[in-house]
Amino acid sequence: MNIPLNIVRTVHDWIFSVMPEGLATFTEWILIAALYLALFAVVGLYLVLLERKVAAWFQLRLGPNRVGPWGIFQTMADALKLVSKEIYNPARVDKFLFKFAPYLVIVASLIAMSVFPFSKQFQAFDINIGVFFLFAVSSIGVIGVLLGGWASNNKFALIGAMRSGLQTISYELSVGLSILTMVLLTGTLQLSEIIEVQRTGGWLILQGHVPAIIAFMIFMIAGTAETNRAPFDLVEAESELGAGFHTEYSGMQFAYFFLAEFINMFIIASIAVVLFFGGWLSPFGITEGITWFPESLWFLVKVLLIIFLMMWFRWTFPRLRVDQLLTLEWKYLLPINLVNLVIMAIVIWLNWTI
Amino acid sequence: MSYFSDIYNGIKTLLTGMSVTGGYFIRAPKGSITQQYPDNRDTLKMLDRFRGEVVMPHNDNNEHYCTGCQSCEIACPNGSIEIVWDRQVDPETGKKKKMIDKHIYHLSMCTMCGLCIEACPTDAIVWAQNYENSVYDRSLLTKVLNQPGSKVKAGIEE
Repeated sequence: MNIPLNIVRTVHDWIFSVMPEGLATFTEWILIAALYLALFAVVGLYLVLLERKVAAWFQLRLGPNRVGPWGIFQTMADALKLVSKEIYNPARVDKFLFKFAPYLVIVASLIAMSVFPFSKQFQAFDINIGVFFLFAVSSIGVIGVLLGGWASNNKFALIGAMRSGLQTISYELSVGLSILTMVLLTGTLQLSEIIEVQRTGGWLILQGHVPAIIAFMIFMIAGTAETNRAPFDLVEAESELGAGFHTEYSGMQFAYFFLAEFINMFIIASIAVVLFFGGWLSPFGITEGITWFPESLWFLVKVLLIIFLMMWFRWTFPRLRVDQLLTLEWKYLLPINLVNLVIMAIVIWLNWTI
Repeated sequence: MSYFSDIYNGIKTLLTGMSVTGGYFIRAPKGSITQQYPDNRDTLKMLDRFRGEVVMPHNDNNEHYCTGCQSCEIACPNGSIEIVWDRQVDPETGKKKKMIDKHIYHLSMCTMCGLCIEACPTDAIVWAQNYENSVYDRSLLTKVLNQPGSKVKAGIEE
């Protein structure tokens, strides 16, 4: 039997034995929220470290290697520094919105994390409109970006935020349509059922072959744009806008924006893994019979590979101009996506899936 | 039909770029160009073209190649070089001849532009590759390049 699951069962039984039922349920909510917050912080910090290391290797450098062995405590030290910094309000900012924006960004990312099936049992919130929910919630973050840029009373921040709005409005469409292509194949929106479909028929990228591969490529391009990362980092664009929408933020408020970017990357990679690469299923079912094997390991390995791909994009491609950004979306990705949706429908209709 | 060829070329060039950076990524653990400076100061060797400071090489007989022509002093855009010279009787030929007394070099003012070294007709001054030039007293940065008791190598003017 699964050892972590046994521990969870024991804790669950113990909480229900010492408390009345309503209070026990509430306590469990709090515990699960705390667990996800901890996961969030660790994932964010270590993705920052991974990004810096990978960036260094792409540029033939060494990367952080002074704080702890191979620099593994570097981002911890950075976070400590940011916690100890003053949270500074510039003159004539919109105080409420200025302080509210970082929380909106980070909470949106955190809610989106809750629906992912990390393994068969490890899923906080398994609703039957999972994909739709995920897609809806992950776009709330852009409101935080817009508010942050608007409230900063800084023209660079405003331009950055407006670019972010423009970019999200455009690329949300491609993300949605490429997800829709895959939903056509699975016939369900529930994330756990999407994975069950792949247990018998193979990973969706194999099941859907040509249209699935096209959908994956479009999803990766649009997903990278969704997370506001290079080559679509017009929002921050260090060479043009200072730091973009978070120019005026300092200390932990800045850190929230910064961490949210990496959590969003994790979310996009997770969606890709669930929709295309079988979630926590092992490749060719090699650990299918082993009950004690932590299936979430496969999920994390696949997510890290997709994240590595996104980092590879970032350190290879130059930033797009605004007009190129819009040309790419409206003249290339969107028509291809619509045609791809029709191709997928035909493939399913004629039963050409593998 | 340039639309589809554009898509094809776009994907192809993106993949080419990714293969280049991917190659760098794979070679990075061995081919890293970062020098971990304070740790490897015993073995760190600067590149030949590195401009550390201007020095005047002397040979075994304590002779340098500087004839005191002052080309470097004139070439220097910010007056980092001062040459103290006078005319002395050359013991070999018995004629009066221009000789340097002190070739003074202000490292604190030098911008490492290299115009003095390009101007020198006899290659008497060259770049050194040392890089740890910080001192606690700025007067230490004013250096006399010719060693005490040195003289110009015979026959260098010809």
